[in-house]
Amino acid sequence: MRQVAASGVRKGFRIGKETVYGYVMAAPAILGFFIFTLGPLIASLILSFTDYSITNDFRFIGVSNYKRLFSGEDSFFYKALSVTFYYVALAVPISLTAAFIMAMLLKNNVKGRAFFRSVFYLPSVVPVVATSTIFIWLLNPDIGLLNQILRFLHLPTSMWIYDEKTVIPTMAFMTVWTTGGTMLIFLAGLESIPEQYYEAVEIDGGRLWHKLTAVTLPMMTPTIFFNLIMGIITGFQSFSEAYIMTEGGPNNASLFYVLYLYREAFTHLRMGAACAIAWVLFVIIMILSALIFRSSRTWVYYEGDK
Amino acid sequence: MAVKRKPRIHLILLYLVLVFGSAVYLLPLVWMIRSALMDASQIFIVPPVWIPDPIRFGNFSKALGTLPFDRYFVNTMIIVIGNVTGAVLTSAICGYSFARLRWPGRDFFFALLMSGMMLPYAVTLIPTFLGWRTVVGPNTYLPLIVPAWFGGGAFNIFLVRQFMRTIPKSMDEAALVDGAGYFQIFRYVIFPLSRSVVIVVALFQFMAVWNDFLGPLIYVNKESMYTLALGLQQFIGYYTAQWELLMAAATMIVIPPIVLFAVGQNYFVRGIVMSGLKG
Repeated sequence: MRQVAASGVRKGFRIGKETVYGYVMAAPAILGFFIFTLGPLIASLILSFTDYSITNDFRFIGVSNYKRLFSGEDSFFYKALSVTFYYVALAVPISLTAAFIMAMLLKNNVKGRAFFRSVFYLPSVVPVVATSTIFIWLLNPDIGLLNQILRFLHLPTSMWIYDEKTVIPTMAFMTVWTTGGTMLIFLAGLESIPEQYYEAVEIDGGRLWHKLTAVTLPMMTPTIFFNLIMGIITGFQSFSEAYIMTEGGPNNASLFYVLYLYREAFTHLRMGAACAIAWVLFVIIMILSALIFRSSRTWVYYEGDK
Repeated sequence: MAVKRKPRIHLILLYLVLVFGSAVYLLPLVWMIRSALMDASQIFIVPPVWIPDPIRFGNFSKALGTLPFDRYFVNTMIIVIGNVTGAVLTSAICGYSFARLRWPGRDFFFALLMSGMMLPYAVTLIPTFLGWRTVVGPNTYLPLIVPAWFGGGAFNIFLVRQFMRTIPKSMDEAALVDGAGYFQIFRYVIFPLSRSVVIVVALFQFMAVWNDFLGPLIYVNKESMYTLALGLQQFIGYYTAQWELLMAAATMIVIPPIVLFAVGQNYFVRGIVMSGLKG
């Protein structure tokens, strides 16, 4: 009797307590979300309709900031957009393909697999400032290693990041060096494919190519989807490489969108305009993500929903 | 595990590709170290010299002499310690609440936090900057440290939660029966059992803070308060022609994360793999 009553009381008490502790212990994250994510997000939207520039009191100016961008009055806007789209269109497929190939090579239980995996991931822990410094040196048109090797092989050299035409492709190819994280995610995906599927292809007389197209690629579509979305989001927000290596040059040919935003905000102190620039980016990324999500129904294969 | 027999030629080809690929991946770092140890006169020789002769360790002290990298190191460590401590503690506490306590609205708030991860940082950058500027003024490390004390970021909470969910529920129940409170269960049962994910969070967070460039660039403009990343970027501007000093400075920045990676490789791999599993 006593036991039942006690446990009943205890139980009621416990539920309440669990809720209280639940909220209190999650409070830092929830507060943090409001203070550092949702609050600034809304503030940014409001500021984008003002002419705030730190030095003045702000006035609401309606959609003028947006108008100025889309009308082409600020020619850097379209320049930055096209530069960034071009960069993302090159860098994302290039780095994803490289990561996928590396993962495929490592998938087989080759000897020294852990070693190779570490080597391919290693550049990803190098600080972006150091990566940029190293590449400025490697890509130096006169004395850089890359052109020296090309000269040695009697191949045409390039101006790399110092030419309007080659700067974006060069920076897109640089991402191959730091794609180790993507490779690891691909590798995990590859290893979760049941071996029987490959055996089934073998029994049917399929070869390597059939395994790739009939098993590996379909089974990997969820992972490809994930890496694609993440790649696009990071690609659109590239900043440091361009800031450090080219400062957006030559002739704004590497004016990444966030670099443009940074200039508006921290060089010209046009905070209101910069918020409008940021919101345009936000909307672009949302639209692209939504498109990819929608298209994923047709090309992403999820086990279980047949 | 059944070993599949492969044609020998395939295997040889595979190794050739892997070895060649590794060489290409290591080349930039090798080249950095080679240049950092080289005499200025040797660095420009064509065709390039691979092994420095004589080896000039003096480049490091010379680089240290031109800019106060020791000072920048201390600055960076202040931010790293403040930030990583906050991220580790609060992500563990919040992760515990999301993983093991039941309270109304829990899943909603978790989804909300996760949606924040998809948000481009550029959108919140300016109001956050303006907010800090109003509240604490320019040139403090607070904006680089304090946010980490609010759960350490959605990604870390996600990692912790996923891990803590795998711990058997009977652990908590046994402690509850023994009269332990929820905080005690966290402190004495779940947190100690989550050591490996805590290490993952600490490593990731260290790398993120150590490598951060935009944060210090925006919030710090007094030279005596620069971080290593900012210092190196300044250095590029001043000494573009003195490659051996630049590379020595770069090497100094690169070594700590590489050493940490070498020590904690398995944790890194586990953490990244977990991050991809939600896709």
